[in-house]
Amino acid sequence: MAVIKVENIEKSFNGKRVLKGISFKVRKGEIFGYLGPNGAGKTTTVRILTGLIRPDKGKAFVCGYDVAKEPIKAREKVGVLPEVSNVYPDLTAWQNLMLASQLYGLDKKTAERRGEKLLKEFGIYDVRNSKVKAFSKGMKQRLMFCMALICNPDVIFLDEPTSGLDVASARMLRRKVLELRDEGVTVFLTSHNMDEVDLLCDRVAIIKDGKIIAEDTPDGIKELVGGSVAVEVRFDREVDFKGEKVGDRYVVYTTDPNETICKIVEFAKSRGVRIVSINTRSPSLEDAFLKILGEVA
Amino acid sequence: MRALAIAKKDILIYYSKGPVVIFGILLPIFLFLAFWIGRDLPLNFLMAGLIAMTVFFASTSVSPVVAPWEGQMRTLERLLTYPIDVKTIILGDIIASSIFGILLSAIPLAIAFGVGISVNPLIILGIVVSAVCFSSLGLLFSAYPSNIPATVMMISALVRFPMIFISGIFIPIDNLPWLGKILAFLSPLTYFTDIARFCVGLKPFFPVYTDFAVLIGYTTLLFVLSVKLHEKALLKRI
Repeated sequence: MAVIKVENIEKSFNGKRVLKGISFKVRKGEIFGYLGPNGAGKTTTVRILTGLIRPDKGKAFVCGYDVAKEPIKAREKVGVLPEVSNVYPDLTAWQNLMLASQLYGLDKKTAERRGEKLLKEFGIYDVRNSKVKAFSKGMKQRLMFCMALICNPDVIFLDEPTSGLDVASARMLRRKVLELRDEGVTVFLTSHNMDEVDLLCDRVAIIKDGKIIAEDTPDGIKELVGGSVAVEVRFDREVDFKGEKVGDRYVVYTTDPNETICKIVEFAKSRGVRIVSINTRSPSLEDAFLKILGEVA
Repeated sequence: MRALAIAKKDILIYYSKGPVVIFGILLPIFLFLAFWIGRDLPLNFLMAGLIAMTVFFASTSVSPVVAPWEGQMRTLERLLTYPIDVKTIILGDIIASSIFGILLSAIPLAIAFGVGISVNPLIILGIVVSAVCFSSLGLLFSAYPSNIPATVMMISALVRFPMIFISGIFIPIDNLPWLGKILAFLSPLTYFTDIARFCVGLKPFFPVYTDFAVLIGYTTLLFVLSVKLHEKALLKRI
């Protein structure tokens, strides 16, 4: 059953077409990754799905509600963690959370019970009476997660949820996302962190220039790049080598690793450089993502 | 209920700050003193002006900058993703602003009692109605889609300060030239000043029920306009 259904959505701002007829479905209890370069239309899609803006054409449904016609009813079922948002720094964590519960229309008892449970789960219960302006980014993000979950949502929209977080906070939020999926919550995740998307998502859609150019499981997306292998090589000094430079290594994508390695060895001999390390690996989601974007361009 | 949550948030974040309260009290008192010192005016006429100015300045002091502040602090987008509409947000902002205006009006009322001026209890109703009206006006100022509070404050000051000179606070409407009278009729502050004058025992320019009717009419108009304009402006702020 599709909890999120997007049908041929189009949206323009000041004459510029930001979304050019996108369609996709997200099933109940699925973690759906929505990827794309900056300016591709990800945030616009999320804003349409959360009822903040109306599409020019097409329809979007969340939990069965047309978000353009019944945005309030749709939002009652939805928790949102926007990328560019903040909590009120002059309120305490508890006041922020209770404000969220009141705006979701929860009664006081339910709000307090859920709030206490969530703050404990996210490890910020002990600082609940501290003003948020004293919180680290990780603590704020945990609080915002609690605020998005206070309504027991059927769907949660996470926009770059772990961006800029320390390792422990990021790992905790990822674990929570998986727990939510297990509880039947549908997660709509946008992220630039491909490892995170690979680790968490059941399915992924890639958007570029307002169009969805690929939609599959993370493994399916990786296979779309043609079963190529990444050969990583590191030389003992700077050299003019034709390959993608990643740190002090070069990466070459190939369907024939044997031939590529032989050529690299020949290259090293001809230039008088030593190969410090060489290895092969399957392409990551990031490799596939970049290749798909490049190929379509 | 959800509008009350917005109002509570506004009071905790914006209105309970020391400088806001002190500025809300001091500004009308300074204006009052500037006008009073060296002039031989009846005390009840001056008190009516002080009450009107206090409610007006307090109710329009913070309400114009809440939306730009929230846009700048990036709390607005989160607010808009809750199951509430723009009307609820505006209503919450108006409730908070009105409470602030009503509470601060206690100061000039206390001064009036202190100097022995008897005030008709109808003033309470006048203060409540006008605080809501002026708060709605304050919200209208912030409909300009800018996230820079100083810009909105400038727009607000451009309207607020001229209003106190054309609304019968310092110069009775009867003494204004015809153009001044027309401007006075357009200002909602005129009608509250008129109510205040009636309540301190002076002869009002309009019948009091007319003052109330006009204030309620202005409140409705300003609220509807605020909601319509903010519906367009809020999305430009995120």
